[in-house]
Amino acid sequence: MMLKPVHKLALATAITLAIIAVLLYAAVAILQSAAEAGNDGTTAPLVMVGLAAGALIFAVLRPLVDLLVRAPMQLAEETRILLGDSSRRVKRVGSSELCALADAINELASRRQAFEQDVKAEISRSQENLEADRNRLAVLMAELQQSVIVCNLDGRILLYNQRARTVLSAGAGGEMVGLGRSLYAVFERSLIAHALEQMARRLEKGVPPAAELVTATQAGRLLRVHLAPVTGHEADSDKVKMTGFVLLLDDITASFETEGRRDVLIQSLTEGSRGPLGNIRAAAEMLSSYPDMNADERSRFLKVIRTEVEGLSGRVEQSAREYARELTVRWPLEEMRGADLVAVAIPRVSERCGLPVKAEEIDEGVWMRVDSYSFLQVLCYLTSRLRDEYEISEVRLALSAENDHACLDLIWMGASMSTETVMNWEMDPMRSAGEESPLSVREVMDRCNGEIWFQRKRASHRAAFRFLLPLAQAPQHLGSNPTGARGSRPEFYDFDLFSWSERSHALDDHLLSELAYTVFDTETTGLEPSKGDEIIQIGATRIVNRRLLTHEVFDQLIDPRRHLPEASVKIHGITPEMLVGQPAIDTVLPAFRNFCADTVLVAHNAAFDMRFLQLKEASTGIAFDLPVLDTLLLSAVLHPNQESHRLEAIAERLGVIIVGRHTALGDAYVTGEVFLKMVPMLAEMGVRTLGEARAAAEKTYYARVSY
Amino acid sequence: MSKKILIADDEQNIVISVEFLMKREGYEVTVAADGEEALARIRAEKPDLVLLDVMMPKKNGFDVCQEVRADAALAGVRILMLTARGRETEVAKGIALGADGYMTKPFSTKDLVDKVRDLLV
Repeated sequence: MMLKPVHKLALATAITLAIIAVLLYAAVAILQSAAEAGNDGTTAPLVMVGLAAGALIFAVLRPLVDLLVRAPMQLAEETRILLGDSSRRVKRVGSSELCALADAINELASRRQAFEQDVKAEISRSQENLEADRNRLAVLMAELQQSVIVCNLDGRILLYNQRARTVLSAGAGGEMVGLGRSLYAVFERSLIAHALEQMARRLEKGVPPAAELVTATQAGRLLRVHLAPVTGHEADSDKVKMTGFVLLLDDITASFETEGRRDVLIQSLTEGSRGPLGNIRAAAEMLSSYPDMNADERSRFLKVIRTEVEGLSGRVEQSAREYARELTVRWPLEEMRGADLVAVAIPRVSERCGLPVKAEEIDEGVWMRVDSYSFLQVLCYLTSRLRDEYEISEVRLALSAENDHACLDLIWMGASMSTETVMNWEMDPMRSAGEESPLSVREVMDRCNGEIWFQRKRASHRAAFRFLLPLAQAPQHLGSNPTGARGSRPEFYDFDLFSWSERSHALDDHLLSELAYTVFDTETTGLEPSKGDEIIQIGATRIVNRRLLTHEVFDQLIDPRRHLPEASVKIHGITPEMLVGQPAIDTVLPAFRNFCADTVLVAHNAAFDMRFLQLKEASTGIAFDLPVLDTLLLSAVLHPNQESHRLEAIAERLGVIIVGRHTALGDAYVTGEVFLKMVPMLAEMGVRTLGEARAAAEKTYYARVSY
Repeated sequence: MSKKILIADDEQNIVISVEFLMKREGYEVTVAADGEEALARIRAEKPDLVLLDVMMPKKNGFDVCQEVRADAALAGVRILMLTARGRETEVAKGIALGADGYMTKPFSTKDLVDKVRDLLV
């Protein structure tokens, strides 16, 4: 019925006119017939016609109402639903015009759906990019040879690499470096504040703002600290302002010492030689300028020269010896793959000595600990002596592993040599192809904790120097794997901390989700601290910005200085032998208190652990006066009708996978994961702040039980 | 009349040569083996020139130089410092304390003679 609107209008007009005409005709006919038949009895036929007309009009209007009123209303409702869910479509009902409208709406909806999908895809793509960028950054940080720490303006650590932690923990204080921790636990606040002021001033002037300072750590290491600002733009202005800062750390303790020793050496050689040289020169010039002097005078000048020259020779000898000693301590041993060393040695020895060098059997899996630079000198030196003194025309290298050692053989055909010759070669300073070293083969081998000897196989006419070197593990560098063992997100950074501000008011008003926590657990000799039971292990990890930092842990066994009951060993698996040589509680607690600094403590059945810690307060002077949350109590707040609030039961209820339970650290991990699941559930109940959580916990039945 | 020179040095092996040299150059020479003796002899003998070593026992060359310059009666005494340390800061210190010249070991005896002659003109 695809009529044009004009035709439809004409049709409707025609139909309406026809109906009116019929009705008029019927009414006129009735009135006429009534007039012909006399005036009586006209009412009934007229009513009949009226009723018939009404029925007719109703019959015509009903589909019209459906078509013109109900269907559009329906369409409007469906369209409204579609506003909320662009995957829905409206039904095609009613007139062809309405169907066309429905089609148009559906078309609009599918375009919007496509658009929304595009936006969603774009967002997730950029989130992935951001995540990838951050992960790349974390890997970069981990691999960086320098120590890096990034802080916000309050000195809270947002990012650090493992190396920074290692440098700062040399000796003590490693637990002081962690996400969200204050930098001022490690560095003097005024020192950094001064540098920040300098940087801010330079930033204002528009000059390069980096600052540098040298400071000593608590452990007595000497650090060179390079500071650079992290800048951002002030809201609604172009002004650059500092939002944080980066620290690059260099441990210069060792270089300071070696440089210092070298300076002394050079000083004693130069300054120390001036006097004797002056004496010799003056005496010599007297001898040559005044040949007329008598024999007595002459012999006095000659004596001056003789004694001064002797003294000077001795001094030079001594300096040379000291320098050699200096060399032996200067280069640290590297761990390297034996096959790599051979691969470097072959062209080097061959080029230096002008001999073909070949590889024999090489064990690819051997890693060794060696000073490769000096060791290559040894190979060059020995080969060149073999060439010069025994006319050897080719050498070979072989590498194998025996017991706990790597065996590297320098092999040649023919000539044997006496033990005396070998000894001389070992003790002489190495000279080969114009390269001189004050070190001897013996000294290099001593430095590497290695040995060298000559050996000979009569049957094959082969002779060899065998080098025995300590084996090394294939290296597993600290921090080379920034991905946490228990989560996929690296944990060395948290840029969300940029928005943290110094907490000026009580922690009670803070949201649970934005606090930093130390989640811990202890293992003990028994259940009754008041009757002499002691802590034998503390394990702790941290939560910062709703993330469990599995890299930042405290894990320490403690010598309880008392008998360890057999029954308790069954529970925690810690045997008396494991506790031999471990520190006592009075040295562990200060470190643990430092680890907990500025955080809220979380433990399962915290009252038990806290009782142990508090009983030590009198003897150690260490107070654990931090806010405490108990996952057992929080579980009772969340699920008051559950029978069990044991850690396993809660973990199962909340879908936390349990690994390594019943070590203190293992339990701390589980407690931390459980706590993280609880935080949003508590928020749903209206328990959002620390204060609210503590109040809710206190109200539960369990809170009234005294341990 | 020949000029008087005091050699203040504890190192016998340089004193032998310098004493011989200065005598040959026609000066009247006396020797002091430490700082205190040097100061005493300067006060007693009022030499025209002191060849003053920096590193000496009892009192070092700087102290001697400073005390001589503080004594108006010794205003005419010239001081040539001799040292086995060549740091520029040390040279500057010697000049600042009132030394008339400074020579670093090993020096050429010819230069020494020239310098002494210049100072005694």
